[in-house]
Amino acid sequence: MNTLPITEADLHAFVDGKLPAARRLEVDAYLAQRPEEAERLRAYTAQNEELRALFNPVLDEAVPERLSAARPRQWQWQWQRLVAGLAIALFSGTTGWLLHGQQAGEIQYAQGDSMQARPALYVAGLVHQAAIAHVVYSPDVKRPVEIGADQEEQLVAWLSKRLGTAIRPPRLGKLGYELIGGRLLPGAQGAVAQFMYHDATGQRLTLYVSTDQAHNKDTGFRFAQEGPVNVFYWIDGKFGYALSAGINKAELARVATAVYDQLEKPS
Amino acid sequence: MPNSRDQLLACIPRLRRYARALIGDRAGADDLVQDTVERGWARLTSWEGGSDMRAWLFSIMHNLRIDQARRLSVPTEALNEETSMALAPGSPSSGLELRDMETTLRALPEEQREILLLVALEEMSYDDVAQTLKIPIGTVMSRLSRAREKMRANMEGRAYIAPLKVVK
Repeated sequence: MNTLPITEADLHAFVDGKLPAARRLEVDAYLAQRPEEAERLRAYTAQNEELRALFNPVLDEAVPERLSAARPRQWQWQWQRLVAGLAIALFSGTTGWLLHGQQAGEIQYAQGDSMQARPALYVAGLVHQAAIAHVVYSPDVKRPVEIGADQEEQLVAWLSKRLGTAIRPPRLGKLGYELIGGRLLPGAQGAVAQFMYHDATGQRLTLYVSTDQAHNKDTGFRFAQEGPVNVFYWIDGKFGYALSAGINKAELARVATAVYDQLEKPS
Repeated sequence: MPNSRDQLLACIPRLRRYARALIGDRAGADDLVQDTVERGWARLTSWEGGSDMRAWLFSIMHNLRIDQARRLSVPTEALNEETSMALAPGSPSSGLELRDMETTLRALPEEQREILLLVALEEMSYDDVAQTLKIPIGTVMSRLSRAREKMRANMEGRAYIAPLKVVK
């Protein structure tokens, strides 16, 4: 029988199942005469199998949102430009507002400039901070949150501890918004929490929760617009909530109502 | 015929599996995948429809990895317990073997590890591996051969004896 000599490359192709059937038979015959070589190839075959056993489970893991939501550069760019523009608008708006507030404060509160005396300023502060936190973090592809929804228990325990009160992200799945995760942020008086959600199209919304609103009176739903970001906010006891997103007012109101309902019923 | 966007998304789980095996630690591996996906999106127009998108993405990842290695002056692979992999379910003894496998894999030079993984996990043809990594097929075969023999030696608890080089 006239066959080409068996090469090392043939032996690897044999292990990897890349040989045509005829050549495979030739290698079989070759190995039958060489038990040591057969043993070596068995070890290589076992390596393949073990590597697959070790790493194939990764295929079944849920793909982290930051990978599947990575967008073409061009889209990101547009987002970044939008955010940059908004940040400037917010900054000038806030500066103007604060200057205005300061003057008003000098005039009206010259005798005792305290937070309690100027609730409107702090409610407005809550809205501004929530909107800024929304535009800063929601376009972030790589690290939108500090702790992801896959570790929700940890997220809840951590934020509750840092805010000094039990706090739990509302479930908005019925409205089409899934929790991405949350982060801790500095507020006017201390720690505040931000939870982030997204819908199937990647539209993100954030819920900003402050626990230092005791000086403010309770409010009903209020609506504010900060550039392209719409914000619904309300004060409830020491809690201040602000729900921000680039979605229309009616849709945001629907979500805000669901959030409010869930927070009313302690879990 | 799925569009290029869907094709790219469909490749992500495989990119993750490979990156995890290549790098070991989960966050670092996902960072590499994310960079790959972002670069993929940015260059989607340069991908030739009809060609193998998977190989194209693996090329991108390989190049990113080379860039990373150039930038980093410190060793990129820390070996510690935290970075151990998810083990496949099985008996405790199979778990131990798989852990051994991981350690042994980690001990390979990356240029050998990447070839072994493309062959074993991705089941790529040797020609595709050569094209993906832009190296000659002969280099693919010799690195594959060395990787497997080193792994075998390590698993059997003996030292790998490098074959003598032919000096021309």
